[in-house]
Amino acid sequence: MTSPLIEARGLVRTYEVRQGMFGRMTPVRAVDGIDLKVMPGETLGVVGESGSGKSTLGRMLLGIDPPQDGQVIFDGKPMPKLGTREWRALRAKMQFVYQDPLAALDRRLTIAEQIGEPLAIHGLVPKQFQAARVAELMSAVGLRPDQAGRYPHELSGGQRQRAVIARALASRPKLLVCDEPVSALDVSIQAQVVNMLRDLQEENRIAMVFISHDLKVVRNVADRVAVMYLGRIVEEASSDVIFSTPLHPYTKALVSSVPVPGKLLKGRVILQGEPPNPARRPSGCAFHPRCPIAADICRTQVPQLLSVADGRTAACHMVAGVDQSVAA
Amino acid sequence: MLRFATVRLLRALITILAVITFAFVVLRLSGDPAQVMLGPDVPQESVDAFRKAWGLDQPLWIQYLAYIRAIFTGDFGVSMRDKASAMQLVIERIPATLQLTIPALFLKVVIGIPAGVYAALHRQSAVDRGVILAAIFGFTIPSFVMGLLLVLIFSITLGLLPSGGQDTWQHGILPTLTMSIGGIGILARFSRSAMIEVMGQPYIRTASAKGMKWQDVVWKHALPNAAVPIVTIVGFMVGTLIAGAVVVESIFSWPGIGRLLVVSVSNRDLAVVQCILLMIAATMVVSNLIVDLLYGFLDPRLRAQSAH
Amino acid sequence: MVSNLVELRGLKVAFDGVQVLHGIDLEIGRGEAIGLVGESGCGKSVTWLAALGLLPGKATVTGSVRVDGQEILGQPRNVLEGVRGKRIAMIFQDPSSSLNPVLRVGRQITEALAIHRGLHGQAAKAEALRLLDMVGIPDARRRLELFPHEFSGGQCQRVMIAMALAGEPDLLVADEPTTALDATIQAQILDLLIGLRSETGMAMIFISHDLGAVSQVCERACVMYAGQVVEQGSIQALFDNPRHPYTRGLFDAIPRIDGPRQRLVPIPGTVPHPSDLPEGCAFSPRCSHVAIDCRTRRPELTAMDDGRRLSCHHPLGHHPEAHHPVDSTRPVEPRALEALS
Repeated sequence: MTSPLIEARGLVRTYEVRQGMFGRMTPVRAVDGIDLKVMPGETLGVVGESGSGKSTLGRMLLGIDPPQDGQVIFDGKPMPKLGTREWRALRAKMQFVYQDPLAALDRRLTIAEQIGEPLAIHGLVPKQFQAARVAELMSAVGLRPDQAGRYPHELSGGQRQRAVIARALASRPKLLVCDEPVSALDVSIQAQVVNMLRDLQEENRIAMVFISHDLKVVRNVADRVAVMYLGRIVEEASSDVIFSTPLHPYTKALVSSVPVPGKLLKGRVILQGEPPNPARRPSGCAFHPRCPIAADICRTQVPQLLSVADGRTAACHMVAGVDQSVAA
Repeated sequence: MLRFATVRLLRALITILAVITFAFVVLRLSGDPAQVMLGPDVPQESVDAFRKAWGLDQPLWIQYLAYIRAIFTGDFGVSMRDKASAMQLVIERIPATLQLTIPALFLKVVIGIPAGVYAALHRQSAVDRGVILAAIFGFTIPSFVMGLLLVLIFSITLGLLPSGGQDTWQHGILPTLTMSIGGIGILARFSRSAMIEVMGQPYIRTASAKGMKWQDVVWKHALPNAAVPIVTIVGFMVGTLIAGAVVVESIFSWPGIGRLLVVSVSNRDLAVVQCILLMIAATMVVSNLIVDLLYGFLDPRLRAQSAH
Repeated sequence: MVSNLVELRGLKVAFDGVQVLHGIDLEIGRGEAIGLVGESGCGKSVTWLAALGLLPGKATVTGSVRVDGQEILGQPRNVLEGVRGKRIAMIFQDPSSSLNPVLRVGRQITEALAIHRGLHGQAAKAEALRLLDMVGIPDARRRLELFPHEFSGGQCQRVMIAMALAGEPDLLVADEPTTALDATIQAQILDLLIGLRSETGMAMIFISHDLGAVSQVCERACVMYAGQVVEQGSIQALFDNPRHPYTRGLFDAIPRIDGPRQRLVPIPGTVPHPSDLPEGCAFSPRCSHVAIDCRTRRPELTAMDDGRRLSCHHPLGHHPEAHHPVDSTRPVEPRALEALS
């Protein structure tokens, strides 16, 4: 069996937040003990609502946000400290794509210059071949050669995101962390970029962590999906089974909250209440105040992420109970 | 609240201390008061005696410590020139300055803000263009040029108003105008841009979509939001009430703080200059404090944040 | 025939001379829910901002907007003010910035009650409480005194809805009301809108790029592209048998959450800029069924036998062979176009 490309062990990230106007600083656990593995060439989808800690997790995987506890292991070696030379060298192998391409691009440089930048920075390609490599990257992401001299504001949203992805691919990374990469794009364009990402990934065997609130997109991109709630993974499984037979009540609610075109709203599980403030994390299972099947144990004991079937895990007392009874 | 107030108060004290120290050092580095006071032809013994009498022969840091200690006991020193209490001299001049600056502030507020708001609500209209032009005109022309221009027109050419002195209320008109024109321009421009920004916000669209009358949308929804940046500028203007008239007072020979400052600096009358600077710093700091408190009153979001 | 509640006729909008809306016709019957669907820049929001006179001054609006037969376009401000909030209320995409940050939530609601229902003081407060309760804000009495930043995005949208209900409108225009919200909150707001509609019987315009959300709420939908309606019909007809290639493309592009995982089917190219619209059909450069006449003749929105309206020279479905569509893999030669003209 191959070893994972990137592995997170017990990652914790805490922010200090003041409660109320004159309150004290309270530590808020944005990421609260996360373990995950991504194999080479595999895509892990991370879904969750705002405040679930999914974006923080993405930054931690790249070493941009250092963990207070736990560690990230990339290619068998611990992640070097942010800003060190080792870390910068590693950054060529792991790239970040985020939601707003206009913010990610330098408005004073042409698209070709920006795509060529990592080549120069990491000294990856001899100078005379740089232009050819940029052209190759542009065609790989579906940008036309005549767009090379354009500035970011002269491109559409979808084209900008293509340029960002081309730049990310320039250093031939092994891992791409994408944080809501298509959320700002229109449906028809979204599909273009999603297809392109999948093609690129299959051709180049790049591993990907795809963070998104959009379940439909994640399902089509990811091989495996982790569902986060309030800083923790509550369920993880292959993307085929997690959407067709979700086990955790939160995943169930998420899946049924996705409106299906052409079908009327019937028999859907509509969760009451809102995700709690991470600073006021409920006792026991953080989901219990909104959970339709919560029992006493859920209010007092934090459920552990346990294996419930082959290749799938869930952190729910009720799910584990069902599984045991089935096994027995 | 207590913590908020202490932090602000401490910050204010540090600001004042920094101003005092800066003034102290710069004044002593920029010329010898003994030489300036006594003139170039006095014998060395007189100079030494003067220095000894005023403590100028001591090392600088001892002078500084003595000065700070004195301030904390309420002793602001004695004018080298008049041998009178420096603070007394300064306080005597305050009313004259306020006679100019308060009416000027009044004019800035009652003309500048409405002009800016009106221009913002009628963009691209003739009034808007006029306001922009007048505003640029108002704050790009330095006050000494503006003062001389007004004197040229109203005193020399038309002979309507006196060009200097403090004898009648007519004497105050030209200096007040000179001082207010720039501020009117600044306030008009700031109010205009603040108002344009606010009028483009989604909540203004919501208020209109609710069926509110246009005037109510402007008065009840837009102005309270535009008030925050406008109050900042007005607060700054309040801060210059004491010291904002240096140039104008000199042009119009108005016996206020500004003139006293100019005279005292050229005489190296250390105690008086330091007193004035202290006064300026104090008004600035106080007006800043008031603005901070007003922010919290005007914008509930800042109320929550100021504690962070 | 029962008269329509609201009728738009040939509604056109131009910003600084650039035409962004090319003549919208739409009738809304009493109590009806209609979805406006399309990608950003297609004019779905502009249509209603223009109808209610909420666009900035640089916009030129022409055509006709009738409420109960009475023309409101180009009428004096007070006529519009009587319609806004009272006959037609509107809620917006970004609820947090759509509420005034310096005014208490209670006041923002009672304001609307004072304007439209003459309620003041305790009566207004009591009604505001009832409305907040109705939209599902818990602990409403205390929360009347709070400011918008003390509410979450979903709760802000509930407050916006309560405010919109204050005037007891005949039509609620919801402009992407769930787009900025989390999935579970989106479901709550959709559920709330559906419930309120059946409770109050008001008509609804649901503007969204999310076809899924539209089909939860509406019976009928208009698909818009580049400032025009390209297809209009019942949700069922549109989904079962989309006839405009753009409608079809839009459906196909949506990733599915059920069924087998498949490669997505995007629409090639990008939405044209309003100042640079292609000749003929605006969708022709991206269309998979484009024919020569699509590049020269702009199709009109025409009524079909099955009750839908369609703006396409070579619609899908029914008898595709009869139209002999040009092979989609081969673009139309410019020379062929020249020969035609």
